[in-house]
Amino acid sequence: MAAVFFYLFSGVLIASAFGVITARNPVHSVLFLILAFCNGAGLFLLQGAEFLAMILIVVYVGAVAVLFLFVVMMLDVDFAELKQGFQKYLPAGLGVGAVVLGELGFVAVGWTSAPSAGAAAASPILAHVTNTAALGQVLYTKYVIFFQVSALVLLTAMIGAIVLTLRHRPNVKRQNIDVQNARTAKTVVELKKVPSRAGV
Amino acid sequence: MTDGWLHTIVSFVTENPVLLAIYKSVLIAVVLLIYVAYVILADRKIWAAVQLRRGPNVVGPWGLWQSFADFIKFALKEPVIPDTANKSVFLFAPFLMATLAIAAWAVIPVSSGGWVVADINVGVLYIFALSSLGVYGVIMGGWASNSKYPFLSALRAAAQMVSYEVSIGFVIITVLLCAGSLNLTDIVQAQDTKYGILGWYWLRLLPMFVIFFVSALAETNRPPFDLVEAESELVAGFMIEYSATPYVLFMLAEYVAIVTMCALLTILFCGGWLPPIKMAPFTYIPGVIWFTLKVSFFFFFFAMVKAFVPRYRYDQLMRLGWKVFLPLSLAMVVIVAAVLQFGPAAALAN
Repeated sequence: MAAVFFYLFSGVLIASAFGVITARNPVHSVLFLILAFCNGAGLFLLQGAEFLAMILIVVYVGAVAVLFLFVVMMLDVDFAELKQGFQKYLPAGLGVGAVVLGELGFVAVGWTSAPSAGAAAASPILAHVTNTAALGQVLYTKYVIFFQVSALVLLTAMIGAIVLTLRHRPNVKRQNIDVQNARTAKTVVELKKVPSRAGV
Repeated sequence: MTDGWLHTIVSFVTENPVLLAIYKSVLIAVVLLIYVAYVILADRKIWAAVQLRRGPNVVGPWGLWQSFADFIKFALKEPVIPDTANKSVFLFAPFLMATLAIAAWAVIPVSSGGWVVADINVGVLYIFALSSLGVYGVIMGGWASNSKYPFLSALRAAAQMVSYEVSIGFVIITVLLCAGSLNLTDIVQAQDTKYGILGWYWLRLLPMFVIFFVSALAETNRPPFDLVEAESELVAGFMIEYSATPYVLFMLAEYVAIVTMCALLTILFCGGWLPPIKMAPFTYIPGVIWFTLKVSFFFFFFAMVKAFVPRYRYDQLMRLGWKVFLPLSLAMVVIVAAVLQFGPAAALAN
């Protein structure tokens, strides 16, 4: 049963990853990417990493890919212009691709596992602790400093992005909600008795 | 004689886990869809009553068959697909939306003792993941229609749903801190104290309960946060180009999502299937009945809010989500964690 699902998930994953780079419409590419993420989550589930599977969906599919999709939808992509330089850049592209492929090949051939990894893999899976609790215990005790530092890096990146894009434009009408809420009939409405034939 | 073969079938199904799962899934899907049909009717009836109208009252006694009549009408109509629409994505969007909405019910326990399809350890995260996927139905539908209003509305909807998901996430974290589990059944059982209704989390986490309710309104695109289909601005939102069966699927997904949110309110804050008072006449009533009553109670509030409250302006909606709810719920996570760690533990852990 698990083997059937493994081949299903990994088959769809590879097919959709292929779809990402072959789809003509960039929006279709992003949708294929999302399908690939979902199948990745399925593979995690098969390995018993339920927390990672759910977080992969929540973070990557639910937040990151939505932003991707936003950007891709808003872009005005001109396909004719994109394909114009295809022949010119083909040799350079092929060269880069060949280098990356070669490096990947070296890694794949020369890859060995660390001597301690075998012992770690053989350690028993804790039956009485759920996946989430086990991850939490490791993250907040043994690796708490690393965890906090990585959070700090993300915070810095967020503040950096805000600072880079924040613009203060003058002469823009802005609403101050507190001022609006503080308005009462007494302060904004003035009753005037208009004498007949005299105007205000 | 008849008891004999019935017994054989029942034992065959219950002893085969795959068949049992299929049976449970079909049962909950059918019950859910019938419930949703009457929820839609109730929504219209409540809305009508507030406005001193009668609401649907022609099809069947008190209009009881109205939702089914509407369904048959939509199903028999011709689905119109715009010429310039991206056909595959256009048709896939409502299908995805309805599937995700119904799939969330796989982990919702409606009573104690196995009344749940999948009793998984990360039930809360599963529902959270599915609701974050729901945004794709809206975006895909809006984009594939290849028309201005649906697209604008899809962008709005996506921003709105993503924003309120953040505060919902923090509210759920406070509940998880108190319950100490991500399993929905465990969360309900953690609320099973001798105080009955006063021991449920709505009282302990009252500000979070309110924030969750309002965020649930925004997450499901209900009034007063129905900017997605603000008819004065965007005609009918991302569903403008949809008709017939695809439209029904969108509508179904919307109401199933609302019922799911009511069920989450029930489970996280109002003790799921637990009776409000732990005494004789209340404990006789089965848990399913209590669960349904509580879900219906929350849906009543959803319907009343729709009838009472005028629509928010979009920038104020975003302000409420990011500048009010997010800091509040974030602060509450810290406070709840601190109280659990350093405060009088006995007071919170019954």
